[in-house]
Amino acid sequence: MSVISLVPYDDALASYDPVMGLEVHVELGTKTKMFCGCSTELGAEPNTQTCPTCLGLPGSLPVVNAIGVESAIKIGLALNCEIAEWCRFARKNYFYPDMPKNFQTSQYDEPIAFNGYLDVQLEDGEVFRVEIERAHMEEDTGKSTHVGGATGRIHGAEYSLLDYNRAGIPLIEIVTKPIVGAGERAPEVAKAYVTELRELIRALGVSEARMDKGQMRCDVNLSLRPHGREKFGTRSETKNVNSLRSVERAARFEIQRHAAVLTDGGTIVQETRHFHEDNGTTTAGRIKEEAEDYRYFPEPDLVPIAPSREWVEELRAGLPELPRVRRARLQTEWDLSDKDMQSVLNAGAVEPISQTIAAGAPADQARKWWMGELARRANETGTDLSEQPITPVQVARVCALVAEGKLNDKLARQVIEGVLAGEGEPDEVVAARGLAVVSDDSALGTAVDEAIAGNPDIAQKIRDGKVQAVGALVGAVMKATRGQADAARVKDLILEKLA
Amino acid sequence: MTELIKFTAAETAAAISKGEVSAVEVAQAHLDRITAVDKKVNAFLHVDTEGALKAARSVDDKRARGEELGPLAGVPLALKDVFTTKGIPTTCGSKMLEGWIPPYDATLTSRLKDAGVVILGKTNMDEFAMGSSTENSAYGPTGNPWDLTRIPGGSGGGSAAALAAYEAPLAIGTDTGGSIRQPGAVTGTVGVKPTYGAVSRYGLVAFSSSLDQGGPCARTVLDAALLHEAIAGYDPLDSTSIDAPVPAVVEAAKMRDIRGMRVGVVKEFAGEGYQAGVMQRFNESVELLRELGAEVVEVSCPSFTLALPAYYLIAPSECSSNLARFDAMRYGLRVGDDGSRSAEQVTALTREAGFGPEVKRRIMLGTYALSSGYYDAYYGSAQKVRTLISRDFDAAFAGVDVLVSPTTPTTAFPIGERADDPMAMYLADLCTIPSNLAGNAAMSLPCGLAPEDNLPVGLQIIAPAMADDRLYRVGGAVEAALNDKWGHSLLEEAPAL
Repeated sequence: MSVISLVPYDDALASYDPVMGLEVHVELGTKTKMFCGCSTELGAEPNTQTCPTCLGLPGSLPVVNAIGVESAIKIGLALNCEIAEWCRFARKNYFYPDMPKNFQTSQYDEPIAFNGYLDVQLEDGEVFRVEIERAHMEEDTGKSTHVGGATGRIHGAEYSLLDYNRAGIPLIEIVTKPIVGAGERAPEVAKAYVTELRELIRALGVSEARMDKGQMRCDVNLSLRPHGREKFGTRSETKNVNSLRSVERAARFEIQRHAAVLTDGGTIVQETRHFHEDNGTTTAGRIKEEAEDYRYFPEPDLVPIAPSREWVEELRAGLPELPRVRRARLQTEWDLSDKDMQSVLNAGAVEPISQTIAAGAPADQARKWWMGELARRANETGTDLSEQPITPVQVARVCALVAEGKLNDKLARQVIEGVLAGEGEPDEVVAARGLAVVSDDSALGTAVDEAIAGNPDIAQKIRDGKVQAVGALVGAVMKATRGQADAARVKDLILEKLA
Repeated sequence: MTELIKFTAAETAAAISKGEVSAVEVAQAHLDRITAVDKKVNAFLHVDTEGALKAARSVDDKRARGEELGPLAGVPLALKDVFTTKGIPTTCGSKMLEGWIPPYDATLTSRLKDAGVVILGKTNMDEFAMGSSTENSAYGPTGNPWDLTRIPGGSGGGSAAALAAYEAPLAIGTDTGGSIRQPGAVTGTVGVKPTYGAVSRYGLVAFSSSLDQGGPCARTVLDAALLHEAIAGYDPLDSTSIDAPVPAVVEAAKMRDIRGMRVGVVKEFAGEGYQAGVMQRFNESVELLRELGAEVVEVSCPSFTLALPAYYLIAPSECSSNLARFDAMRYGLRVGDDGSRSAEQVTALTREAGFGPEVKRRIMLGTYALSSGYYDAYYGSAQKVRTLISRDFDAAFAGVDVLVSPTTPTTAFPIGERADDPMAMYLADLCTIPSNLAGNAAMSLPCGLAPEDNLPVGLQIIAPAMADDRLYRVGGAVEAALNDKWGHSLLEEAPAL
C-alpha cells in the first residue's frame, strides 16, 4: 500500500476552505422493527428476530411502525425542521446480500422533515449553526460477517455469514446542508455537531444513540476549494466513522490528504473511504466511477404518510427540554461562570453531575467529585467520564456520608477509590476498609496523649499561647489513626488538655 | 359421482350442509377428475391430495358436531400458485422458486382455510404472472379445455382451465393487467378483479405491487360472489388494503334486476384488431342489457389508447424491483455454488437459469425505465397517463353506473401463435388494463361463442372503485338471461375431455 502524503494542517487551511457534509444514521429505540413486528433487541442469536417481512420473503409486505414515524417527527421538530404535510417512502434499489429485498425502503425526494438547523457550541463557547437538509426514515440492513479474508471485507473472504436480526430496524438519516465557513474549525464543528445531535436524540428518548453499539453512525463527506472560489471541489465520503473523536480525526485527516493531492496538481477521486481508528487515517473503498443509480421510485406497498398538523403540534408541545436550553438552566442552577460551565461541558460531566444532584447531593459537591477525582481518572485512562465504574447514585451516597460527618474528605476519596476498584457500594467499602471517622473521645484520648507526650516542644508552645501550632499535633493524631479521626474533635481535645 | 364435479359452489355447499354428500366425497370426486384429465390440461402444478382430504374431513367433522358451516364450507378450490401456502410449494410458475416451501400462509390462503374451503392444489400460470397465455410457465403450457391446442389465457390460465375442465368449482386468480378476466373470457368462465385493495396482497408474490389484485374465478356469477365475500376485507398486514365494509356482492348477484341502470359502452374498445365474432357477441350483449331495462349510452375515454404503453412501463418498473430479491441467497434455486464462485457470480448464474425470457425482458425494461435520466420520460410519464385514465373513468362514471366492453379482442389463440411476438401477446390485455391502472373493479363473464371458431367470448363489466356489487348485479342478470336463452350454461357446450 502506498503511503499517503499529507500537507501540514495549517498549510492546508492557508490555501483551502473545507466544505463538509455530515450524514448521521440513528437507530431508533422502538420495540419493534420499522415495517414488521419483530423485536429490535440487540444481542440475540443470529436470525432469531426475523419474519417473512424483514427477511423479504416472496409475498411479504411492510406495515409502517407508527412510533417510528412519531420519532422521526420529534427529531425533525427538535432540529427546527419543517414537517412534511404529505410524504412517501421510496425504494432505493441496489444489491447486497445483507439486504433481503435488494432494495431498501427509504425516503427520497419526499422526506418527512426538511430545512432545519442545529446550533452547536464549540469548546471556546462559540455557537456555530449547522443547517439541516433533511431527516428521513428508512430501514437498516442485515449484518454481514466476512470470514477468511485478511481485511474483514467481502473481497477476499472465504465465506460470509448473514444475520438479519438488524434488517428492518428503523433508522433516521439526518443530512446536513454543506457546512461552509468553519475554516480550520471544521473538524471541531463536525465533532460538536455529532455530539449535540447525540445529546438531542437522547433527550428526545428516541434512541440511546450509542456510537459504540452502532446505534449512531456518521459519514463524513469532505471537499476543499481554494479560498475565494464558489464552486465546491470533488468530495470524498468517509463511511461509518463511529466515535466522536474519530469524526474529528477523519475530517482533519481528509483535509490534509485532499490538500496534498490538490497541491500536487492531482484530482480528488469521488470515492467512499474507510476510517481506521487505530492510526486515524482513511483508505479508499469503492471508487464511484459512475454515479450509483439507485433507481428510486415511490414504494407502492405503502400508502403516503400525512401527519396531521394537530398531531405535529401536539408532538412539538410535548418535546422535552432540549440540551442547549437545559444546559443554560443548569448553569444558572449550579451557579457556574461561563468558563466553568464550558469545562463541565468539555469534560462530558453534565449528565453525571445532574444525576448525582438528582440523587440528593449538593451541586458543588457533585461537581467537585466529577470534575476532580473522576475527571482526572477518565483522562488518565482515556475513557469517557460517563463510562467510569461508579454511578451518580454512588457518588451522591459518598457526599451524604461526608455531610453526615461519617467521612471526611480524605476518607471519602478512599471510598471512591474502593468503588472504582469494584469493592462494592460506598457503605460496603466503608465497612470493609474500616474507614469511619473516629470522634469518640475515649478512643481519641490515648492518641492525643501520645501525640502530646511525643512532641513536648510543640505542646509547650501551645501552652505558651501559640495556638496555631496545634496543627502539627492534629497531624500526628491523624497519622496515628490512619486519617480516621475527626480532625475538629482532635483539635478541641488537644486544646482542652493543654489549656 | 361425476355429477358432483358439475355442481356449482353454491349447490355443493348446500348439499354438504344438508348432509346429502360429504365434503370428503366432493373432494375425492374432484381429485379423481384431476387424475383423469389434468395430464391433458396441465392446470395444476401441485395437487395436495392429503391436505385437501384433511380439510374436507375437518368440515365433515364440524358438521357431525353440529357446528354451523360457512357458505363455502367443503367446496374445493384451485389456488393460483402465486399465493403462499404454508408447507405447500409455491413456484409462481418459475424455476426460480422450484423447491421453495413457504413458512407462512398468505392472508387469502388463511381466509379460505377459515371458511372451510378445500384447497385442492396450486395452479399453473405465466411465470411470476407475466403473460397472457400461460405459455410463459416454466412447467409447460396449460391447454384450454375448449380446445387443448389453444391457450387458456394468462397469466391465470391454470385456474380458468381448472374451472372449465370441472377440476374445481372455484379458483383464485390475480389480475395485474387482465390475468383473471382474460383467462375467464377465453375459457367461458367468470372472473372478477375486485377494487384494488379489496383483497389482501399479503402473501401474494408481487409482480407489480400497485396493480396486482387477487380475485375470484368461478363458473357462475353467484359462485364468484360467494368467493369474493370469503376473501375480501381489510387486512392490517397489507397497507394498501381498504378499511371499509365489503360491498354486498352476494345479494347483488341474486338480484337479477338491472332496470334503470345506466350502462356505458366504451367507444375506444372496438375497431381494428377486434375479431368479428367477438364484436358480434358483444353487440348482442349490449342489446340484451337494453332489453333487460338498462339505459345504454356510448362513452368516450380517449386516454385508454395510452393505457397499454403506460402499463408496460409501470408494471416492468415495479417488477424489476420486486424480483430483485431472487438472488439465490436465501431461498429457491441456486446455481453454480461450487465454492469457486463469488456471491455475484452465483446470483448471475441463478438468474440466467431461473428466469424465463419474458421475465428477463420485463426486468430489463423496468430497470431501464427507472434509470436516472429516463425516470421522468418513462415511469414519470406513465404515472401521468395513469392519472388521465382515472379521470376518464371518473368522467364516464359521472354519467353511467357501469361500463362494458369485450374482455379481450379475440378468442383463444393457438398455443405458440404469439409466443415470439410479445407485442401481439400484449394486445390481449388491451381492454382489461385500464381498470388495473385506475384501481377500479371489473368482471368478465361468458356471453356466447364466436361464430367463426365456436370459442367463448367474454363480456367485460367495469364499475367504480368500491362499487364491486354493481358488477355482480349486472353480471348476474346477464348470466340468467343468457342461460334462459340457451337453455343451459355456455360451458355445457364445451367438448368432453
